Amino acid sequence: MSADVDLQNVSVTFGSFYAAKNATVKIQEGEFFSFLGPSGCGKTTLLRAISGFLEPSEGKILIGGQNMAGIGPNKRPTSLIFQNLALFPLMSVADNIAFSLEVKGVNKVQRRKRADELLELIALSGQGEKKVHELSGGQKQRVAIARALAIEPQVLLLDEPLSALDLKLRQKMRTELRAIQKRVGITFIYITHDQGEALTMSDRVAVMNEGELEQIGLSDAVYNSPQTPFVATFVGENNPFYGKVLSTEKNMVKVDFQGNSFLANAGNIDSSKKHNFSKGEDVILFIRPESIFIKDKNNKLDNNFKAKLKTIEFEGNLKNIYLSTNSNMDVKFSVPNAIDTSGLSSENEIELTFSSKKAVVLPKGSLAVD
Amino acid sequence: MKYFFDKNGPLVSTYFIIAIIFWLVFLIIIPQLYMLDLSFRPNLPPLLRGGPDDVHTLIHYKHFVFGSETNTERFNYVDIGVFFNTILTAIFVTIINLCFCYPIAFYMAKVATPNTSRLLIVSLIIPFWINELLRSFALRILFAGEGVINNILLGTGLIDTGINFIAMDIALYTGLTYAYILLMIFPLYNAIESLDINQLEAAKDLGSSPFRTHWRIVIPHAKAGIASGCTMVFMLTAGALATPVVLSSPNTYWFTQLIYQWFNMNDNWSRGSAYSILLLTISVVFVLLMMRLFKVKIGEIIK
Repeated sequence: MSADVDLQNVSVTFGSFYAAKNATVKIQEGEFFSFLGPSGCGKTTLLRAISGFLEPSEGKILIGGQNMAGIGPNKRPTSLIFQNLALFPLMSVADNIAFSLEVKGVNKVQRRKRADELLELIALSGQGEKKVHELSGGQKQRVAIARALAIEPQVLLLDEPLSALDLKLRQKMRTELRAIQKRVGITFIYITHDQGEALTMSDRVAVMNEGELEQIGLSDAVYNSPQTPFVATFVGENNPFYGKVLSTEKNMVKVDFQGNSFLANAGNIDSSKKHNFSKGEDVILFIRPESIFIKDKNNKLDNNFKAKLKTIEFEGNLKNIYLSTNSNMDVKFSVPNAIDTSGLSSENEIELTFSSKKAVVLPKGSLAVD
Repeated sequence: MKYFFDKNGPLVSTYFIIAIIFWLVFLIIIPQLYMLDLSFRPNLPPLLRGGPDDVHTLIHYKHFVFGSETNTERFNYVDIGVFFNTILTAIFVTIINLCFCYPIAFYMAKVATPNTSRLLIVSLIIPFWINELLRSFALRILFAGEGVINNILLGTGLIDTGINFIAMDIALYTGLTYAYILLMIFPLYNAIESLDINQLEAAKDLGSSPFRTHWRIVIPHAKAGIASGCTMVFMLTAGALATPVVLSSPNTYWFTQLIYQWFNMNDNWSRGSAYSILLLTISVVFVLLMMRLFKVKIGEIIK
C-alpha cells in the first residue's frame, strides 16, 4: 500500500535558526519525489521531520491524510534508509532484513521466509547467512532497501543512500532503485545533493536552498525553466549574464549585456505564470554551456557575442571551453568531443551564438555557489 | 624489532623495552614466582630456611581443604566457606555494578549533550580523589546504627527502629559496588560511545522498543566493554581489603582478610602465599570461563 505525504507550511527551527522554512508540498501516492539541494539546505531536516525523528516547529505533516503530530518514527507508516545505511554489523543479512518482523514478534520460520522473498527482490538470493561486512557496497545498499521494505512501509524515505558509492555503481543503483520503486509501487522520497540522481530517478523534484523550497516541478521543467537564479545555477550548469531589460514583448525579453542586445525567454514565477519585467530592471540571463555554439555558416542563431579563449578542458564525451568576454565575464560552453577545436586560439576573439529559445531571463538574485 | 627501533628511535625504544621488562620481570613475574614457591614450602623460622626441613610440600593447600590437624570436621568449612562467599559476593557485586553503570554509561555516551557528559565524567571522577579507606569510612558514617540514613528515616517517621545496615552487609555491598564503579563505567562508556547513533535510530524506525534496541544492538556492540569492565570489577572486588575491613558485618569475612591474617598476624607467609595463589587462580579461571561463555576474546577486551 502506498500513501501520499502532505507537508503544510512545515518549519523546523533550532533555537532561532530556521533549518526548514514554510515548506508546502503534496507528494502523490506512488510518486518518486526528490528533495535536491546543497548540504545544509535543510533537506535532511525535512526528511527527519517526515520520518518522525524531528517534530516540526510550525505547520503539519499528513501521511495518507492522517496528521503525524506526536507520532514517533516507530509508529509511522514510513521507513528510513540512512546515509550510512546503518545496517546492524553484528547480525546476519537475513536477521538485518527481518529485524522489523522480529520486533513485531513474528516467528522464526515466517521471518526467514519473508527475508528470502526480499533477498530475491534485491537479487541476493541465498546470501542471507552472510555477515554485513562480507557484502560489497552495492549489495549493502540493496540490503538496506530490503530491510526498510520489510515493514511494508507506505512511504520509503532515502537520505542520500548512494553518496558513499563510486560513480559507476551509483549510476547502476539509480536504475535499480527506480526499478524497485516501480515494482513495490510505494511512495519514495529521496534526498540528494546530486542533481544527476534527482533528475534521472524522480518524477518530481523540489529544489531547496537555505531551508526553503525554491522550485517544485517535473525533472525536465526544473532543468529547462528554472524559476530562480539559484535553481538555474544549482541544477546543471549555467552561464549568468548580468544585464538590464531593454524591452519586453509577449513572453520574450530583450536584455542589454555590455553593449550586446540579447533576446531570451522570460522566466517563470511558478508553473503557469511568467515574470513581468519593466524596462531598465536588473536581470540575469542564463544560457547553458551546451546551448552555446561557435558561430559559422551552419550555426547562426539570433544571439551573438564575442569572447577570448582561456582554456579547453577535456571531459571525456565533452570538451569544456572557457572564455572571457572583453569585460572579463567568464563564459563556459561545451562541445561534443568529436568537434575539432584545434583552430581555436587565445590570440583571436571567437564569435559565439545561442538561441533565444534556450535562454532564460530571471530577476537578479543569489546564485548557487560551487 | 628493527622496525620498532626505526620507528621510535634508539633512545625511546631502549626506554620502552627496559621499562616493560622491568615492570614485567621485577614487579610481576619474580614476586609471583617467589610467592608460588613459598606457598609450597613449610613455614620455618629464618634460621632453618634453606636447611634439610625446607622441602616442597602441599601442607598449606591441604590446610585450606581439610583444616588444621586438630580439626574434627571433614573439611575446612570455615575457610572454604569464606572463599566461596567472597567469590559469589564478588560476582553479585559485579552484576549490580553492571546494572547500575550501564544506564549511566549509555546516558553519557548517547543521550547527554557533550557538555553534560563532560560534567558527569568530572563528577564521577572527583570523589575518587579521596582514598578508598576514607570513602569506606564515609559510607560507614552513612550506614551506622546512629548514622545519617537511619537518623533521616527515623526522623521522618518512615521507620520506628534503626536498620542495621552493617549487620545485613548492605553497607559492604554498597561500598564494594561504589569502590570500583569507574572501572565499570569507563569501559562501558567507551564501548557504547563508538556505536553509530544511526544504528539506534534505524532500530527505532523499524519499530524496535528501547529494551529490544539495547538487547539486540547496544549490548552486542558493547560486549567487549562489558567484559572488560566486569573482569576488572570482579578481580578487584574479590581482591579488595580496605572496604571489607571497614564495612563488613562482624560475621562476614572476606578472603583477603584471611590472607592478610596469615601474612601479618600469624606471621605465616607460606600459608598466606598459598591462599593468595588460590584466590588468583580461581579468579583467573572464572574470568576465562566467562569469556569463553560469552565468546569474548582477550584481544577485544584490551581494545
